[in-house]
Amino acid sequence: MSESKPGWKSIPIAGILLEPGSAMKYKTGSWRAFRPVIDEEKCIGCFLCWIYCPDGAVIREEKSVKINYDYCKGCGICANECPAKAITMVEEKR
Amino acid sequence: MVRLKDLPAEDLFTSGHRLCAGCGAGIIARMTMKALRGPTIVVNATGCLEVASTIYPYTAWKVSWVHVAFENAASVAAGIEAAYKAMMRRNAWDKKVDIIAFGGDGGTFDIGLQALSGALERGHDFLYICYDNEAYMNTGIQRSGATPHGAATTTSPAGTKIPGKPEFKKDLIGICAAHGIEYAATASPAYWNDYITKVRKALEVDGPAVIHVFSPCPVGMRFDSAKSIEVARLAVQTRYWPVYEVEKGKYKLNIKVPKPKPVTEFLKVQGRFRHLFQPQFKHVIDEIQQYVDENWKRITELCGEA
Repeated sequence: MSESKPGWKSIPIAGILLEPGSAMKYKTGSWRAFRPVIDEEKCIGCFLCWIYCPDGAVIREEKSVKINYDYCKGCGICANECPAKAITMVEEKR
Repeated sequence: MVRLKDLPAEDLFTSGHRLCAGCGAGIIARMTMKALRGPTIVVNATGCLEVASTIYPYTAWKVSWVHVAFENAASVAAGIEAAYKAMMRRNAWDKKVDIIAFGGDGGTFDIGLQALSGALERGHDFLYICYDNEAYMNTGIQRSGATPHGAATTTSPAGTKIPGKPEFKKDLIGICAAHGIEYAATASPAYWNDYITKVRKALEVDGPAVIHVFSPCPVGMRFDSAKSIEVARLAVQTRYWPVYEVEKGKYKLNIKVPKPKPVTEFLKVQGRFRHLFQPQFKHVIDEIQQYVDENWKRITELCGEA
């Protein structure tokens, strides 16, 4: 942490945050120990993984889904809830 | 009733928040944001959702959001509503703004109950959502008024004599409905359709509304993070968490459980109840089963189902 941090003179009064959704800049993907992998063949496009994802890391597309590995914390809810068993959790190797 | 395809794809509660992997509060916040109908202000009491979603200088919210102290989420929501009313009277504002207050179970059952009761009594037009993870999970799992009988927390530890918390859970919706408010309901994130419909319904109510939603917590309830939704579903299927709504004083059971699973199914997946499976504490499981049965009987009788 070498960069200089903003002081009380430069930040808005009361430290309010003026940019909505700025947490998108903070990538939580590095928390992951297991990576969800989707088998496109098996996916039935029910979007249950999309609604149950706590991190909004499942991207809803027209007929199937994609995982945004920038934010996925690897909790495994999507794999557990998938009715078609199309998602498997694979150990993350970095 | 809604379909997943019809829900907005954009997240107003964005990725990049720092709630634990598999956190129920994150699922609930995301689902809530899918049910909005227009400009919304979120008031957030101190708790997991607050500290993890807005770590300075980041915010995971795309709606106006205000953090308040532990006890006064409902008072601040009431104040915001009153301010908009005053501005409308002076022709300084002309849009309807929805106000949602989020509180955990500590901020609702214990610390914020007085503020919530006051706001309900004054009849402000806002929605209060209590996401109930059944202990003070944010500060390290201390017991709260919502912690169930027999659960081990750091302040109600499972010892050789006392197996976890001796007391039972408060009936929050009973307390709220007793204020004569138009809409109060319980929900579970596993039943997303029911929950999102209820949030929308509660926003459309002209006056205060309360939703009490079960929030699985992998860290505090001690289960594998992948099982969050499974636990939330088991809570309903074992009749531990009856899902019902109180509309203008009329109870209605939303999810019928004709063939309930034994409550042990719900208890055994969670580490906080692990000690109950020792032979000397078997009677506690029977007590919980008895409580669940009696509570279900009471609720179904109120709903006119029994």
